[in-house]
Amino acid sequence: MTSLMLNEDETMLRDSARGFLDDAAPVKMLRTNRDSGRAYDPGFWKEMAQMGWTGVLVPEEAGGSDMGHRAAGILAEEMGVTLAASPFISSAVMAATALRGAASDRLSGIADGSAIYAIAVDEGTKHGPEKTALQAERSGNAFRLSGRKTFVADGGSAGRVLVLARTAGAPGEAAGLTLFDLDADRAGLSRSARKTVDSRDHAQLDFDGVEATGDDIVGELDNGMAVLGLALRAGQAALSAELTGLSAGAFAMTAGYLKERKQFDRIIGSFQALQHRAAHMWSEIEVTASAIANAGRVLDESPDESQLAVSVAKARATQTAKLVVSEGVQMHGGIGMTDEFDMGFFMKRARVGAEWLGDYGYHAAKVAAARGF
Amino acid sequence: MVDFAQDPQPFREQISAFIAENCPKELRDMPASERSVCWGGKRWVFSSPAQKSWLEAASSAGLTAARWPVAYGGAGLTRAQEKIFREEMARLKAPSPLESFGLWMLGPALLAFGTEEQKLHFLPQITRGEIRWCQGYSEPGAGSDLASVQTRAEDKGDHWLVNGSKIWTSYADHADWIFALVRTDREAPKHRGISFMLIDMESEGVSTKPIKLISGYSPFCETFFENVKVPKSYGENIPAQVGEVNRGWDVAKHLLTHERTMIGGGGSGSAGGILGGRSLGAFLGSLEEGVLDEPVIRSQAMELEVDTLAMGMTLERYKDMAKAGGVGNASAMLKYYGTELNKRRYELLMSVTGSEGVEWDGPHGTVAAEWLRTKANSIEGGTTEVMLDIISKRVLELPTK
Repeated sequence: MTSLMLNEDETMLRDSARGFLDDAAPVKMLRTNRDSGRAYDPGFWKEMAQMGWTGVLVPEEAGGSDMGHRAAGILAEEMGVTLAASPFISSAVMAATALRGAASDRLSGIADGSAIYAIAVDEGTKHGPEKTALQAERSGNAFRLSGRKTFVADGGSAGRVLVLARTAGAPGEAAGLTLFDLDADRAGLSRSARKTVDSRDHAQLDFDGVEATGDDIVGELDNGMAVLGLALRAGQAALSAELTGLSAGAFAMTAGYLKERKQFDRIIGSFQALQHRAAHMWSEIEVTASAIANAGRVLDESPDESQLAVSVAKARATQTAKLVVSEGVQMHGGIGMTDEFDMGFFMKRARVGAEWLGDYGYHAAKVAAARGF
Repeated sequence: MVDFAQDPQPFREQISAFIAENCPKELRDMPASERSVCWGGKRWVFSSPAQKSWLEAASSAGLTAARWPVAYGGAGLTRAQEKIFREEMARLKAPSPLESFGLWMLGPALLAFGTEEQKLHFLPQITRGEIRWCQGYSEPGAGSDLASVQTRAEDKGDHWLVNGSKIWTSYADHADWIFALVRTDREAPKHRGISFMLIDMESEGVSTKPIKLISGYSPFCETFFENVKVPKSYGENIPAQVGEVNRGWDVAKHLLTHERTMIGGGGSGSAGGILGGRSLGAFLGSLEEGVLDEPVIRSQAMELEVDTLAMGMTLERYKDMAKAGGVGNASAMLKYYGTELNKRRYELLMSVTGSEGVEWDGPHGTVAAEWLRTKANSIEGGTTEVMLDIISKRVLELPTK
């Protein structure tokens, strides 16, 4: 397998992403978004599209830059460093992967940023596509979808929704699920924004007899997981990368503070009690970064056997981010608790990222299953 | 003698033919757990004629130190060739012909800091397994604070007079020579008065005493020096010390960084042992039914497996980084994380083997002794606390005051 170290092209991609994001989407943009009640800045999304980021997983013939999952991870990681908010993972990573698997002609809209997708999978408080109960009842050649989807990232603002519905079998079974590609304004579909701690767009979607046809199906009837499975793994890997960037960003703030804050007439970073905790955090971030690189590589090279690599990455990234933001607040002391200071933003996004697309336990169980116990 | 550079055959074929021809089949057929490691040395008793003939064949082809130059007893292989050599050894199930502190520690130190004559004199004795070396670093009063060693070597004109004691000298009771850190200038700042000295263990006044550990094993000794006369030179341009007098700390530091990367790979006691080459997952899958149904044990096992896999990827990434230009002080992270992980692994192995695990020689073999042995992983080669100090001061550049 290709090395886990960044190659020359990847280093360039990372550096240019870092430069752009520092400038175009610093942490204070998230504050602006929150204070003005928007989930993300459409102007920033346009700039991302112009740089080819929205088409990172779209084939060139559909107008994409087709750089692959490792590259998508590098971009997501840098977005995590500054908490840059956008529908990147929902649309450019997950929807692009699902629609590519189904050779959909909607890919070019994703690539140029004009089509923004949300992925509606979960229905309860915990991730689990096979738990889907939302029914797509057949009526002649058409379907009528009824049920509720929760925790749909970018569900309030996206123009289109990929929704997982049950066309056969019972909740708990991975078979019998079908993926539909619907306009978010379709009659009978109502969306209500949930105000989540990370100030991003998460919505509840209620389907009340929403009509769909065979043309709306992505992939095969009753076999939606064949395309959605890989799309979810791609999203999980990119989210892990974002969380690792988030960890690095929060850690850099904390390490910086340790080097300047004085108490008891000493720079607090000279206290060994804090030094060892900082060194431990850095070690955790380093180990997690390897898992992130590995997940991207495996998705690029053997996508069908990527669950283990992706789940190691998501489990690690979740745990590392949790550690780093908690320690980040603690080491900053009182100021870390204030809204005026940015550390809270890192903590809140880390918590939402921990839940989205499968929490630590979900992925650790996938690892155990893949390892035979 | 085989000259791999001159042979027209592709290297993989040559090396594989060499191993097949020279490594006796009985050694290759023997399960890894039953093979005894060959440490060499003047007093070495070979476990079988096969072990002896494999050492002789491999060393005369330079393959006990495959990457060292031919002139020093190595085979002069390139990095790529060495990788192929290792792959073929693994494929043919051939055991390593020789393990020794000479190969791991003193050799690299001499290659980096020794005189040409020192290399020509000492290195071939190491590669042939003739001289077994041990390492004399720690002292009762100098553990983590290694630079405060007090064993002193006084300048007596044509010789040094050495007095003091060393502790944690691995296998000193079986070793022929010792490379030791000794104080040659008591007035200088502590890092600037140390020399890296080579001493014959047969010299009058050297004695050793094994230390029995909690695991029941005695891999370490105390080593005493009482008015030991060490000649200043072992021949023309073969001084008793490596590097300059009073600059031995540079040599020691170089070796410690080297050692850390090695230990990060798992820590002593992790390589063979109870897992016998199986993954943790495979081992857990083979256990008595129901053990992993216990939710706390199961969750610990899952967390450990996640971290073990991620650490494996990290070792791979750091190996590539090392090849591309070095990882420097970040190697302290590998040592810290790898050894702490190994201790966690053995805590879990003790949990899952339950009442059988606490037997010294029960159905799970030596798991109890291995478990106890892992407790030293985070002490030897620089403690966890010293590693965290290195990361915070040298990598993160946190202030010292």
